[in-house]
Amino acid sequence: MPSLLFCGPKMAACGIVISLWGVIMLAMLGIFFTSKSAVLIEDVPFTEDDIRNDKNPPQNVYALYNQVGINCFIAAAIYVAVGAVSLCQVRLNKRQEYMVT
Amino acid sequence: MDSLLRGEELCLAQLFLQSGSAYDCISELGELGLVEFRDLNPSVNAFQRKHVNEIKNCEEMERILGELASTLSFCCNHRVSVCLQEQLQRLEVELGEVTRNKEKLQKNLLELREYTHMLRITHSFVQRTSEVSYEEFPFLEKDTVMDYSSMQRLGAKLGFISGLIQRAKIEAFERMLWRVCKGYTILSYAEVDEYLEDPETGEPSKSIVFLISYWGEQIGQKVKKISDCYHCHLYPYPTNNDERNDVVEGLKTRIQDLHTVLHRTEDYLRQVLMKASESVYTWVIQVKKIKAIYYILNLCSLDVTNKCLIAEVWCPVNDIANLRRALEEGSRKSGATVPSFVNRIPTSDTPPSLIRTNKFTSGFQGIVDAYGVGNYREVNPAPFTIITFPFLFAVMFGDLGHGLIMALFAFWMVLYENNRKLKNTRNEIWNTFFEGRYIILMMGLFSIYTGLIYNDCFSKSLNIFGSGWSVKAMFTAEMWNGNRFLTLDPNVTGVFKGPYPLGIDPIWNLATNRLTFLNSYKMKMSVIIGIIHMSFGVILSTYNHLHFRKKHNLYLVFLPELLFLLCLFGYLVFMIFYKWLVFSAKDSREAPSILIHFINMFLMQGDGVPPLYPGQTGLQIFLVVIAVLSVPVLLLGKPIYLNWLHNGSQRLGMYRVRGYERVRRNSEEELYLMRANDMEEGSSHSDLSSSGDHEAEEFLHQAIHTIEYCLGCVSNTASYLRLWALSLAHAQLSDVLWAMVMRVGLRMDTRLGVLFLVPVFSLFAVLTVSILLVMEGLSAFLHALRLHWVEFQNKFYSGTGVKFSPFSFSLLPSSFEHDGLL
Repeated sequence: MPSLLFCGPKMAACGIVISLWGVIMLAMLGIFFTSKSAVLIEDVPFTEDDIRNDKNPPQNVYALYNQVGINCFIAAAIYVAVGAVSLCQVRLNKRQEYMVT
Repeated sequence: MDSLLRGEELCLAQLFLQSGSAYDCISELGELGLVEFRDLNPSVNAFQRKHVNEIKNCEEMERILGELASTLSFCCNHRVSVCLQEQLQRLEVELGEVTRNKEKLQKNLLELREYTHMLRITHSFVQRTSEVSYEEFPFLEKDTVMDYSSMQRLGAKLGFISGLIQRAKIEAFERMLWRVCKGYTILSYAEVDEYLEDPETGEPSKSIVFLISYWGEQIGQKVKKISDCYHCHLYPYPTNNDERNDVVEGLKTRIQDLHTVLHRTEDYLRQVLMKASESVYTWVIQVKKIKAIYYILNLCSLDVTNKCLIAEVWCPVNDIANLRRALEEGSRKSGATVPSFVNRIPTSDTPPSLIRTNKFTSGFQGIVDAYGVGNYREVNPAPFTIITFPFLFAVMFGDLGHGLIMALFAFWMVLYENNRKLKNTRNEIWNTFFEGRYIILMMGLFSIYTGLIYNDCFSKSLNIFGSGWSVKAMFTAEMWNGNRFLTLDPNVTGVFKGPYPLGIDPIWNLATNRLTFLNSYKMKMSVIIGIIHMSFGVILSTYNHLHFRKKHNLYLVFLPELLFLLCLFGYLVFMIFYKWLVFSAKDSREAPSILIHFINMFLMQGDGVPPLYPGQTGLQIFLVVIAVLSVPVLLLGKPIYLNWLHNGSQRLGMYRVRGYERVRRNSEEELYLMRANDMEEGSSHSDLSSSGDHEAEEFLHQAIHTIEYCLGCVSNTASYLRLWALSLAHAQLSDVLWAMVMRVGLRMDTRLGVLFLVPVFSLFAVLTVSILLVMEGLSAFLHALRLHWVEFQNKFYSGTGVKFSPFSFSLLPSSFEHDGLL
């Protein structure tokens, strides 16, 4: 079976750190987007059209907020997967260290 | 815990060491690391010292150990106790012999192998040419009994020279032969298949076997000389087949024997090295210790009776008991009958400064010491730096998210601080960060706090308590009809419901005039923090004045300094607070500019602008007058006072001299007590003769100090504005990073847009760490450090002292570590 190890110990550690940070930060961003925080208005991709031609005044923008929020949650889930892969790499690296000595 | 504030009290002590037990006593002291030795023979150079031979022996041992260590690839720890130097010399001789033997054997083996190759290959020449069968040389196959003397064609004798030459040289060799011998020689050659080791360089190289046949004695000589020039290895060429076969058989057996012998030699060598490797590390440490002890013994002087050594040491007063115990232990170990003892002696020299720190305070003490080690028993800024430095850093850094990451990183380092891999890496940059882990932890925690105050987390504000501004109230007031900007006017009812409980209101993150508001706030905050920091520095100087018993400094230096600072800049701070408290949104149109009032205060004009409060003009004139008056007091007060004191004492001195003749004993005691008292206090009364010089110097010194202080007050206050500047830069960089990186990922609208967010986020993370944490962090660190070193410390700290460096084995540098051998 070919070795599943494709990155060194430092790269794997970076991977774990970034995934952890990504999961926490993207999850919190998702929560803030779905609770329609005003501070994040610039990050929502709305246009003039959305505001003017709205049948039900804030609902278009709210729908966009929800969409971005869900995007954030999906990205957080992907980072969970990346984190799991990095964790495996760290364990494999440790095992290889033992075998060499 | 006086030590961290001021440094420990040190005293000069004399050690009387018996000659027999001197070595052991100093060894004990080295283990404990209590005292610093003074050089009692400063005029003697290194080669004239008493123990120079022992030190030479130590260096010899270090050399042997260095060579030993370089032939070993591993070592472990075992105990060895026999006489070190003999052991090492014996080991060196043995190793040398074995290695030389091995080299000789290998050379022998090489020769034999070359000979074998040569015989084999020339045999193939013979085989080859015999097919063609020249008439001129009827060859050995045809006639077994052939002597070279019987080949007499052209009346000349045919001779053979055979050997090996380096492949690189064969062409030149051939050409040279042709030019010199002009056709009287025939050269045949062929390459040897395997790589043979070149004895000089030790690298494998290709050789070529050659066979030269020549006519005539002279040509033979020439050919031999040429072969010598080209460093050929010549071997005798056998004349007939039987001889050749015999030689080949003999060579084979000899080669086999040599292989066996070499194998045995290598085994023996490996055994010797393994045994040595068990103790090499201990030996290195032992030799280091011995050398250090002899250095210290060189610093001691011999007493009159020549039986005991005298050493002078600086010792902390609290450690004298430990010192005594160490000397007793050393005497006991050496089995001396007469104990060594210690005697404290009074001195007028200033001792070095010792400040005991633990793992938390050592970082902060390090950054203070980098500017200058404090004078003996001067106030140490380090305990205050523990709080003010992270605070000033945080004011410039001020982001909750970044502070959190920094604090987590430092927390990880602190948790794993006993992990050997982290402690012992050679990477300089990592070592710097690791040594400062507590500093970074404090900086991170304080940054979290200032991030909450500035309400800035990765450039976004957090709405924890609910904003104090209401947009709906402004909308219902219907004042937006003609406006381009949607302004929230706090004077309209219901718009401003009250201040945000902690920090800046989150609505400012959405405002276009956010920077205008924050700039005003941050600039005023920087000036306020600066004045407080500087006043604190001036107040700390009272500690020094009181400790060194120069009470006149309190009235003539401290008071004018403080009055100057507070009357001018303290009043500015007062005006800032006054404006904040008294003027609200209602009278924002008539709110005065503090800067105009401040300038008018100096120009003594009060008419142009309405006063802030009744009586302002009068108060301002009063403050300016006090500040201006304090300058000459600061400039002239101390020199005049010291001059008066001096002249006064001169007159008193005259009385004392006369009194001395009348009543000897009393005034002698008085004089002695007075002088001893002065020495204890550290102030010195100069000679009566040099009083004039002393005065001028004192006056000049005070003039420089006054100018520096007064001008410094103004420039240093302005210098604190960097707190505003850096925090603005950090906030803007953070904002730009979010807008240009993260927003791109979040605004993606397509189906696959969500996957784009993943790499965008990791790019955002990497850039945050590298630009905002590392670059901005280092920048804020540097500026906070500068504020401490220059603006804070020049109010009270002189930093011209010497650090106490005790004699301790653990502090000795290891030359082996530099070579990476251990």
